Amino acid sequence: MIEAVILTIITASTPLLLAAIGELVTERAGVLNLGVEGMMIVGAVSGFAVGLQTGSPLAGIFAAIGAGVALSALFAVLTLVLVTNQVATGLSLTLLGLGLAGMIGEGFVGTPGIRLPRLEIPGLSDLPFVGPILFGQDALVYFSFVLCAGVSWFLFKTRGGLVLRAVGDNHASAHALGFSVLKVRFLAILFGGGCAGLGGAYLSLAYTPQWVEGMTAGRGWIALALVVFASWLPGRLIGGAYLFGAVTILQFHAQAAGLAIPSQVLSSLPYLATIIVLVLISSNRTANRINTPACLGRPFVPDR
Amino acid sequence: MRIELEKRPRQSGTMRILSPVLAFALTILSGAILFALLGQDPVRALYVFFIEPLTASWSVEEILVKASPLIMIGAGLCLCYIANTWNIGAEGQFTMGAIAGSAIPVLFWQWESVWTLPAMFLLGALGGALWAGIPALLKVRFGANEILTSLMLVYVAQLALDWLVRGPWRDPDGFNFPESRLFSAAATVPVLGDGRLHLGFPIAILTGIILAFLLARTLKGFEIRVLGAAPRAGRFAGFSQSGMIVFSFLVSGALAGLAGIIEVAGPIGQLRPTISPGYGFTAIIVAFLGRLNPVGAIVAGLVLAISYIGGEAAQVSLGLTDKVTRVFQGMLLFFVLACDTLILYRIRIAFDRSVQSEADR
Amino acid sequence: MLMEAEAVTKRFGETVANDTVDLAIRPGEIHALLGENGAGKSTLVKILYGALQPDEGILRWKGETLRIGNPAAARTLGIGMVFQHFSLFEALTVAENIALALPGNRKLADLSKEIGAVSARYGLPLEASAIVADLSVGERQRIEIVRCLLQEPDLIILDEPTSVLTPQEAEQLFQTLERLATEGCAVLYISHRLEEVKRLCQSATILRGGRVVATTDPRTETAASLARLMIGEDVGAVVRPDRGTGEGTPRLEVDDLSLPADNAFGVSLKHVSVAVRSGEILAVAGVAGNGQGELFDALSGERLSTRADAIRIDGNKVGRMPINERRRLGAAFVPEERLGHGAVPVFRLSENALLSRHAVGDGLKGSALLHKQGMQAVSENVIETFDVRSGGGDAEARSLSGGNLQKFVVGRELDRSPSLVVINQPTWGVDAGAAALIRQALIDLARSGSAIVAISQDLDEIFEIADRICVISRGELSEAYPAETLPMEEIGLLMAGKAERARTAHATDAPPPVSERPHAD
Repeated sequence: MIEAVILTIITASTPLLLAAIGELVTERAGVLNLGVEGMMIVGAVSGFAVGLQTGSPLAGIFAAIGAGVALSALFAVLTLVLVTNQVATGLSLTLLGLGLAGMIGEGFVGTPGIRLPRLEIPGLSDLPFVGPILFGQDALVYFSFVLCAGVSWFLFKTRGGLVLRAVGDNHASAHALGFSVLKVRFLAILFGGGCAGLGGAYLSLAYTPQWVEGMTAGRGWIALALVVFASWLPGRLIGGAYLFGAVTILQFHAQAAGLAIPSQVLSSLPYLATIIVLVLISSNRTANRINTPACLGRPFVPDR
Repeated sequence: MRIELEKRPRQSGTMRILSPVLAFALTILSGAILFALLGQDPVRALYVFFIEPLTASWSVEEILVKASPLIMIGAGLCLCYIANTWNIGAEGQFTMGAIAGSAIPVLFWQWESVWTLPAMFLLGALGGALWAGIPALLKVRFGANEILTSLMLVYVAQLALDWLVRGPWRDPDGFNFPESRLFSAAATVPVLGDGRLHLGFPIAILTGIILAFLLARTLKGFEIRVLGAAPRAGRFAGFSQSGMIVFSFLVSGALAGLAGIIEVAGPIGQLRPTISPGYGFTAIIVAFLGRLNPVGAIVAGLVLAISYIGGEAAQVSLGLTDKVTRVFQGMLLFFVLACDTLILYRIRIAFDRSVQSEADR
Repeated sequence: MLMEAEAVTKRFGETVANDTVDLAIRPGEIHALLGENGAGKSTLVKILYGALQPDEGILRWKGETLRIGNPAAARTLGIGMVFQHFSLFEALTVAENIALALPGNRKLADLSKEIGAVSARYGLPLEASAIVADLSVGERQRIEIVRCLLQEPDLIILDEPTSVLTPQEAEQLFQTLERLATEGCAVLYISHRLEEVKRLCQSATILRGGRVVATTDPRTETAASLARLMIGEDVGAVVRPDRGTGEGTPRLEVDDLSLPADNAFGVSLKHVSVAVRSGEILAVAGVAGNGQGELFDALSGERLSTRADAIRIDGNKVGRMPINERRRLGAAFVPEERLGHGAVPVFRLSENALLSRHAVGDGLKGSALLHKQGMQAVSENVIETFDVRSGGGDAEARSLSGGNLQKFVVGRELDRSPSLVVINQPTWGVDAGAAALIRQALIDLARSGSAIVAISQDLDEIFEIADRICVISRGELSEAYPAETLPMEEIGLLMAGKAERARTAHATDAPPPVSERPHAD
C-alpha cells in the first residue's frame, strides 16, 4: 500500500517538476511566462497523438517538446520583439493552448494510449520496496532529477548561467556590457516551453496514458507557484514538486478509502495548498531577496 | 534584417482605433488558414462562423444573451487591468456569485416577491466580491501573487458548485440529476420581448457606460489610471496602492458575481454543475480587445459572443468541433496584444546590423 | 593618436545627437569631454565603447580605421568604461560582476586573487565575495574601475564619476587616474564640473547641441570661459538677496525621527532632528543612497512616521498625516524622479497638474468629478510662468526634455505659493538655463517667507542656494551649519560619515535635541 502510494506520488510529481524547472530558467532570465498551462496541455495532446500514431513514446516526447517550444516562441516574439505585456501575453498563450489542445484532441477522447515503459534493472528492480521505487521508474522520472541538477549546475557554475542571471537581475546593465538581453531571454523562454511540453507529455504518456480534455487541471499554474515556493532555486523545486504531488495523491487515496469528506473538498486541496504556500512564502520576503530576479516581468526595450 | 521599435513621441490616436480592427482582420486571416488546414472551404467556414449568426433574429438575440455576461465581467476587468492589478479569477467569482445569489431560490423557494430578484442580485454581487476579496486581501496583507491565487480559487469555486448541486442543493424532485430546483418566476430574470433576450443585456450595457464614465471623468477614475500607469506617482498623489487592489478586485468581483447570478436566474433557470462556457476567461480577451475601455468592452463582448454562436453553428453545419471557438479567441487576444504595440511604437525594418536606437540621456 | 573619431554623426529619429563630431585622444593623456545635459556626450561615448554604431564617420584606434561592433569588442581592443549609472548586478557578488566583463570562463577563485592584487596596487579596496546590493556607491564605482583595470586597458572612459563621491573620495580617484596616466593609460573624462577638469585634464573637447564647439587646453581657460563654451551664452548668475534676520518662525520641525527601511535594499533613518525656519533654504547634502529618498518620503508623508510629533509643520503634528493633509497645511513636495514619481509619463500635462493638487485647491478640489478646464488652466499657468517648452500645448509628460519637465513639476508646486517646500535633487540632469530658473525661483520663494528643504548631491548647487547646510550619511543627519562658514573638506568628512562616528563616540540612549547637540567637529 505505502509502496503504491509512493509510486503514484512520483508519477504525480514528475510533470510538475518538469514544467517548473523550465519556468524557473525563464524567470531567472527576467521573463514571467504565465502560459505554462497552455504549453503543458498542448504538449500533452501532441505527445499523446504522436505517440499513439507512431507507436513510439519517444517520438511522442519529442513532439511534445517541439510543441511547447513552438508555443513559447510565439510568446517570445510578442513579449521580446513587440514588447507586449508579459502577464497578458502569458494568459493568451494559456487560452490559445487550451483551445488548440481541445481541437487537436477531439478525435482522441476515449482512445487508449501508449505508456512510457518503466526501466527495469535486473536484480535491483526486484528488490522488495526500494526496488520498484528507486529502480523501476520510467526514464523521465530520472531525467527530471538530472535536469534539475543540470539546471542548477548551469545557473551557478557556468558563464552562460551567470550571464542569464545577470540579464534577469539588471537588463540595462547587461545590455551596457554588451550582452544580448533579447537573445538570452529568447533562449530561456524556449527552454521553458520545451520543459512545459515535456511535463505535459508525461501526463498523457505516463501519469494517465490517455487524452482527457483539460487534463492538466491547473498543473501549469501550480508549477508557476512552485517556482516562487522554491525561491528560484532548482534544489528546492524538487521538494516543492514532491510536496504537491503528495497532496494530489493523498486526496485520491482519501477518496478511495471512502472518507466521510465530500470528494470535492479533497479535490480542492492541491489548489488550496498552493494558495497557502504562496501566502507563507510571500510573507517572508526578505529571505529570498537575492534570488528573486529583479527584472522579473519587466519589458526591455534597448531604446533608452 | 531585423525589426526595430521606435518610440513614438506621443501615443498614436489613429492606431488606438485601428489596432483592434487590425487584430480582428489578422485573426480572420489566420482563421481562414486554420479552416483550410482542417479541410474546410475557408470562405464558407468564415461565413458560417462570423456572418451567418447575424442573419437570423434568433441568433442575433442569442448573441446579445451571450454578450451580456462577457460585457459585464469584461468591463470590470478593464478597471483591474488599468489599475495594473491582475484579477484572472473572474470565472470563479462568476461561479460564486451564481451560488450566493441562488441561495434564495434554492433555500427559500417559497419566498416569491418583487424583492426576490433584487435580493438575489445583491447576494450574487456580494458573493463575487467576497470571492475576489480573498486574493486581494492575500496580496495586500502578505504580498501573495494575485494572479495565481485568484486563478486557484476558480477551481475551488467550481468544486464548491459541483458539491452543492450533487449534494445539499440537489433538487429533491429531480430524479437524482445533479441540478438544483428550477427557479420560480419571481426568481427569474425578466425576458425582454418574447425571445431569450433578458434584462441582463441592458444591465450590462449600463455597466459598461457607468464604468467608462467613472474612469474618464471622476477623481476615482483618475486614481485608478495613475496607480496603474505609475504607482510611485500614485503614492505621491496620496492614493493608496493597497486600497486600489482591494477596490478593483471588489468591483470586478461584484460584477462577475452579478453576471453569474443573472446567468443562472436567466438563460439557465437553475444551478447546474457547469454554468459557464468560460465567460470569466473570455472576458479577459473582451477587456483587451476593448482596449481596456469599458465602452470598448461592449463592442468586444459582442464580437466574442459571435464567436461562441459561430462556433456552435460551425459544429452543426460544418461538423467542426466547437473547440475552434477557443482557438479563435486565443488568437484574437494574441493579435490584439501585438497590434497594441503600434500605439506606442513605430515598427521599422532595419537592414544593417546596427542594433539599437538609443536616445541620448 | 590612440583614438580618433572623425566626422561622427548619429541620429535618433529626427534629432541629431552627434553632428560630424571629431575627437582625438593621445596615449597617456587625461582628456575631458565637456557639455551640458543633452549635448551628445553620452551618445559619443557609447559609440566609442561600441554600444552604438555611428550613422556616418569613422573611428580610428592606434591609427587603424575600424568598426567597434559591441562593448565586448571594445574591451578586447583595450577600451574600458565606468558608467555613470553603474552597469552592475545587485544580486551578484563583486567577483561575478567583474567576471561578466572579462572574456572567457575564468575560475572565480583565481579571479578573486587578481581582484585583490589590482585593488591593492591602485588603492581601491574591494571584497570579492561581497554582494553588490550591500555596497556603498563609492564601493560600487571601485568595482567598475577594477573591472576596467583587470583588462589592462589603453583607454578608460569615465562618465561623471565624481557626481556620486565625497570630495575626499573624488581626490582619491584623481590620484588613481593620474597614476594610470603616468603608466600610459589614456583617460576620457566626462564631467560638467569645470574646476575638476581644470585640475585634472590636459585637453578638452567641448560639445554643444551635438557639435564640437571647441578643443582646448582647460588649464589655460577659466571656469567661466569653459562654461561659456558649453552653454553658448552667459547664464545669468542666480541672485541671492541677503536673508533678513535669519530668525523666522520654524515652519518645519523634525524631532528624533527614526524609520526602518521599507525594503531589503533601503536605508533606515536614524534619530533625524532638524528645524527649518521661514525665509531660509536648508540644503541636505550627501552621497547618493544615504537615505535621501527615505527622508523625502518621511517628510512628504508618502511614508508615515511612527510618532505624530516626529514631524511638525507650522506647529501641527503631522508625523501620522498622509501627504495630502500635509499639503493642505501649505506644504509642497518635489520628488527626485520626475518621470514616474513627480509625473505620470503617459499622462498629459493638464492631468499631471491634478496629481499633487486634487486635494488642495484652485477649483480642482471638492468634487468627485474631474474639472477639465481647471486642470487646463493650472497647467497653462505653470507652462507660462516657468517657461516650460512642451512642444505645443498639452503634451504627454514623457515627451518633454528633462529640464522642461522639471520646470513643470517644480512650477506646479511653487505656483501654489507653499509655505514649506521639500525638494529632492532640484536640478538633477537638467540644462543650465532651467537649473538657474529653478534655483532662482526657490530663492525668491524663500525670501518671500517660505521655508525650503533642498536635498541635493550637487555641492555647487548647494553653495549657490543654501542658507544652512546639513549632511545626510547612512540615514543620519548632521547638525545644520551656516553655509558661509562651512568649508568644503568639512562637508566631505560629514558625507563620508563623520557625523555618525562623532555621534557614536558620544553615544547616549537618546540623542540630544538639535540646539544642544555638540558640534560634530
